[in-house]
Amino acid sequence: MLCDSYFKNPKDVPILLEKIERNTKLTGPVCLMEICGTHTMAIARSGIKSILPDNVTLLSGPGCPVCVTPASMIDMILDLSQRPGFLIASYGDLLRVPGSVQGDSLLKRRAAGGKTMSVYSPIDALQIAEKHPDLEVIFLGIGFETTAPGTAACILEAASREISNFSVLSMLKRTEPAIRSLIESPDFAVDGFLCPGHVAAIIGADGFKFLPSDYRLPGVVSGFEPADLLGSILELTGMLAQKAPSLKNEYTRLVRPGGNPAALSMINRVFIPCPSNWRGLGDIDGSGYMIRPEYARWDAGKKFALSPPEPKEMPGCRCAQVIRGVLPPSGCPLFRKVCSPDNPVGPCMVSGEGACSAAWQYE
Amino acid sequence: MDERITLDYGSGGIKTSELIESLLVPAFDNPELSRLGDGAVLEGNEKLVFSTDSFVVSPWKFPGGDIGKLAVCGTVNDLCMAGGTPKYLSLSFLLEEGFPIPDLKSIVSSIAEEAEKAGVLVVTGDTKVVEAGKGDSVYINTAGIGFQRAALPGKEAIRPGDAVIVSGSIGCHGAAVMMARSGIPGAESPLLSDCRPLHLVSAAALDAALPSSVRILRDPTRGGVATALNEFTEGLPFSIELDETALPIDPAVEAACDMLGLDPLYCACEGRMLAVCDPKSTERILSAIRDVPGGEHAVQIGTVTDDMPGKVLLRTTIGGRRILSKLNGIQLPRIC
Repeated sequence: MLCDSYFKNPKDVPILLEKIERNTKLTGPVCLMEICGTHTMAIARSGIKSILPDNVTLLSGPGCPVCVTPASMIDMILDLSQRPGFLIASYGDLLRVPGSVQGDSLLKRRAAGGKTMSVYSPIDALQIAEKHPDLEVIFLGIGFETTAPGTAACILEAASREISNFSVLSMLKRTEPAIRSLIESPDFAVDGFLCPGHVAAIIGADGFKFLPSDYRLPGVVSGFEPADLLGSILELTGMLAQKAPSLKNEYTRLVRPGGNPAALSMINRVFIPCPSNWRGLGDIDGSGYMIRPEYARWDAGKKFALSPPEPKEMPGCRCAQVIRGVLPPSGCPLFRKVCSPDNPVGPCMVSGEGACSAAWQYE
Repeated sequence: MDERITLDYGSGGIKTSELIESLLVPAFDNPELSRLGDGAVLEGNEKLVFSTDSFVVSPWKFPGGDIGKLAVCGTVNDLCMAGGTPKYLSLSFLLEEGFPIPDLKSIVSSIAEEAEKAGVLVVTGDTKVVEAGKGDSVYINTAGIGFQRAALPGKEAIRPGDAVIVSGSIGCHGAAVMMARSGIPGAESPLLSDCRPLHLVSAAALDAALPSSVRILRDPTRGGVATALNEFTEGLPFSIELDETALPIDPAVEAACDMLGLDPLYCACEGRMLAVCDPKSTERILSAIRDVPGGEHAVQIGTVTDDMPGKVLLRTTIGGRRILSKLNGIQLPRIC
């Protein structure tokens, strides 16, 4: 098996690029979408866009679970962080995400006396709860199928140890319904997908077979190093050139066809799919994970009767179109006027490597 | 002395004197401090450089150093980057009630050890104690005075064609502290902070260079190499292009950054020097730096161009190019 260092620093970049170019001579311009925040980051960090042939466009889909969390949900969390006796435990990236008021974030609320802690794992949050029985610790369960098993395991642990001052606010999202919703939108114009390697490690490469079978779109489950990405782009353009869409797995060193059965069973024990709202995309059926009623004692939503906030989008924000690639960032009326990396409005600016944030830096 | 710091140690009374006379004065042992005057009277007819820094690192002890070592290196290095030879330090402690005195002793001894290495004398100081819960164990402020070794023309003198040099591998301090803070098992990995005084490295560079060919020096602390270089290019008519294949990054730092979702280019260094210099002096400077401790792995990492004025660019391993912007806010670990 090739080791990671090969994928980080491939010697055969010129050959890969030449083959991609040869494919795109047959296909004409192609538009490929990645739907994973780590892919977006990896693409930006490696500078792949600057070496690809001009007729290959890479679009960043709604792949960052933090960025697609609705502003109204963030508002509710911001208020929770200032309730006396509450402590919000969160992954680091959520701390800066603004609510519906520009610039308002967990970091800002912490400066105003809110209790928020950055953790690396839900188990850290559970330990904090155990150490501080006087505090109500709420872990912000966010992420795709990748973070869901760990969150599930933590809820099971809390239940088995009867830790009662710990709960999870589930904002977990499922990728398949979101991709289907994108594909079925009227102005959809993407030719193929770079499928998220980490999600596929859990749900299996087979979890993306619906792309060719239901939509005749090619997909490649890809790793995150430059050679993974270039290899996957080569596969995608190859399938497009041959008009033979299928689902391929480039990330075989981590992803199996059926995924990780133990992780999947953990998810199924604790969560059930539910409708979910996406910042920029709206409500999508079956695109979220809610905690099963038997674990309601560890479901922060039920425990504190938190009513699902009415999603409200900032008027004028065009992230939905930018995410689908039908509008360039500069076409949004808020871009550069009110929306900037320091003061982001929509998900494409919230993410450091989102389309709008990248355009703000480069253009 | 007691086991722990009490408010009495900051009272200015008997306990404060006990702390000063039995712990601080002996540790730094020099005539100026021993006089215990309200301030130090110092010798010197040369042009001075002056700097100050405050230190709030958590945890206060990290792999490869502690807050005491950091408090010396931070100010010493600022003096060195201003073209100075560090001479004198002031030392102020802000202690939280309850802080263990053995821990304070260990911090004081690392300050003494590091000051000796850097050739500086601690000549004046102060100690305050805040109530339990009103501080995070220990904070330190140091200010330093040095004599000017070379007048550096500054970033306005940078020209396309100039070389960008770093004195060693990057991001070690930031990555080591983040690993220690994360509590992730494996934090006892070989990853150590690069915290060290740069007086030998900067002196070697300044002495080896042709006159005025060192444009500017900087130690890339908070915000890392990417942010420090952006401070050079901002608003000026040149860009800096780094070569990713030339960047010295320790595999342990790379692994830690991969795990925590950080970028070594934005992780703090506490014992590295960035220099922008005339290409005619590059080789002389590199070979002089490599001859002194802490500079063995010095290397050119980039070049000044006029491609995209005001920007810092990275030529990636696969030949792509991207913009390195300034760090926006604090570096937060990512999940997605």
